[in-house]
Amino acid sequence: MLNRLQAIFRDVFDDPQICINEGTCADTVPGWDSLTNIQLIFAVEREFKVKFALGEIQELSNVGDMISLIQKKQQCAA
Amino acid sequence: MPHKPDQAARQGPRELVSPMDFELLLRKRKALKKELLQQSSLFPVKIAILGGSTTSEVRSMLELFLLGHGIQPQFYESAYNSFFEDIAFANPELGTFKPDIVFIHTTWHNVYRFPRALEPESSVDSLFRELIDRFESIWQTISARFGALIIQNNFDLPRFRSCGNLDGSAQFGRIRTLQRLNEHFSRYAQTHAQFLINDIHYLCAQVGLKDWFDYTYWYSYHMAVTPTAAAAIAQNVAAIIKSAYGRAKKCMVLDLDNTLWGGEIGEAGLQGIVIGRDDASGEAFLAFQRYVKELRERGVLLAVCSKNDLQSAMEGFSHPDTILKLEDFSAFRANWDPKPENIREIAASLNIGLEHVVFVDDNPAERAIVSEQLPQVAVPEVGSDVSCFPEILSNAGYFEPVSIVADDLQRGDYYSGKAKREAEQHTHKSYDDFLESLEMKGEIGSFSALYLDRITQLINKTNQFNLTTKRCTRADVDTMAADPSYITLYGRLADKFGDNGLVSVIVAVRDGGCARIDIWLMSCRVLKRDMEYFMFDALVEECIARGIQTIKGVYIPSPKNAMVADLLRSVGFAHEPVELEGRTSWSYQIPAPYTRRSRFIRNSQDVVTGHLPTQTIDSPDLEVA
Repeated sequence: MLNRLQAIFRDVFDDPQICINEGTCADTVPGWDSLTNIQLIFAVEREFKVKFALGEIQELSNVGDMISLIQKKQQCAA
Repeated sequence: MPHKPDQAARQGPRELVSPMDFELLLRKRKALKKELLQQSSLFPVKIAILGGSTTSEVRSMLELFLLGHGIQPQFYESAYNSFFEDIAFANPELGTFKPDIVFIHTTWHNVYRFPRALEPESSVDSLFRELIDRFESIWQTISARFGALIIQNNFDLPRFRSCGNLDGSAQFGRIRTLQRLNEHFSRYAQTHAQFLINDIHYLCAQVGLKDWFDYTYWYSYHMAVTPTAAAAIAQNVAAIIKSAYGRAKKCMVLDLDNTLWGGEIGEAGLQGIVIGRDDASGEAFLAFQRYVKELRERGVLLAVCSKNDLQSAMEGFSHPDTILKLEDFSAFRANWDPKPENIREIAASLNIGLEHVVFVDDNPAERAIVSEQLPQVAVPEVGSDVSCFPEILSNAGYFEPVSIVADDLQRGDYYSGKAKREAEQHTHKSYDDFLESLEMKGEIGSFSALYLDRITQLINKTNQFNLTTKRCTRADVDTMAADPSYITLYGRLADKFGDNGLVSVIVAVRDGGCARIDIWLMSCRVLKRDMEYFMFDALVEECIARGIQTIKGVYIPSPKNAMVADLLRSVGFAHEPVELEGRTSWSYQIPAPYTRRSRFIRNSQDVVTGHLPTQTIDSPDLEVA
């Protein structure tokens, strides 16, 4: 999961060096602004075939939160 | 003889080959943009995006697609939902920006009020008028203030209906209101050449409303469309802009076996190929042929490039069910040589650049070799299922027309006439005899309303015979036509084989006792036909009529216009010492008497050179020095 997310981050930020962990958040990645956030959310939705509900995105504070949310959604779908 | 791939031309990123994967493009856009910015000679265009919602996704994808067409946009982006205020209250920042193009990205969310259920018809109509007035007022202001090309979204559809089917049929219905607005927008476009519709009513259906609009994106980011839809919109708008600047494709080069019919005609013979209503794949080939024929009928050139014996290849078009006929093709290459060589020859024979060619072949190996050897040629990954071909080609927007003018409709016919002219050429002793035998008739006049679209088109797409390669919007052309300090000339040429249409343009601007040539161009379809001299004679005679003694001109070199480097010398101009960045300056003193340069073109009955039609020429300002 983390690897697939990392690939998304590398594409969206166009930075092949970028390394993320569960604690990564907007403050620790330069260039992570509201516009990039839209791009990240969209890429994550398409990559993991999930759909975030209104309100869920605002709740996310770091990559770890995002992973748990994706896992929760995938389990519901399964 | 084999050609090496053009080193100067670079192959664009694979992600931009049609059909495109928008999700991949959205994700990788940053790297793709970086790669596209490496191209040399990008064409700059200033675009103002006036939004009725968040426009950042549309802007960033539009930038990507335009870079893919060799256009480098510089953007002005309105603050959130201030498309109306920016124009109505003349935002000074936009005034300083001076856009070439204004793209108004509005959606149904920007209809500030819809009729209530059962609202009386008179009240519905006055609301409708209010909505229309609001848009029309900003369009008119934009045209008056900037003379910019306007690209306006029509309206998409909402994902829910409060009155069910009545929403579409009752006069107060929401869908009905949007349909009426769209109808009105279209009518405005039909009467305003500088106003084009970006048809998101079509796009939302094509993308599908569920992928088009998403509540999360709307409530969280005020995005009236999803990122996928933003990409579809951007691709569509980029196609319009590319076409407005003369960068649309002009010619489709087609394979035959399993592309225009099923099976291999060399093996199966005429009876063995699959085309027609008798079976499912025969129907699909028929449908593709019909699509190609429709393109041909509106001015796209067609050519065949097939690995076959010429005779078998041609025989295919005698099949009773074929829609395309031999005469629909302006070039026909069936042989066993590599396709890249054939395509080069086809482009040369039609006098078009490879960047104006689209190659369609069901065979992936042929597509690969053509896109590798001729990176300028568009090679869509059409796959091998012909039933998908029309949609793939249509969605790519290769042949997007901003307007279809009468000359487009004749273009294919012109090339058929060209073959006859070339046959004729061989039967004459000298080239002069040949020119004499063509019985050419020319018509020259100042810019008139009837021709302004064609003149704009010619100004923006002529690359080779073009002294200055100056590009203009329709609004610029309107200004020149109306301003008496300009000498504007168009030229049409007909001969015994057909009408070549409007093929040449000269614009000169008066500067005291001098006239300075701003634009001098000619379509390559009439090269070496005496037409440039015929135009020059008209310019000189017009100068004489206006009391101008000196004509000045400058040659501005471009990658494609070497053929006119010596044009001014050839009509008698003297070279001036000033030379800057390869530009050469020239000057011509009109002698008295002046001897006409053209020898083979007669004036068509209604126009006599020296007494040109009058609109701009006989204006009272002429006496002023």
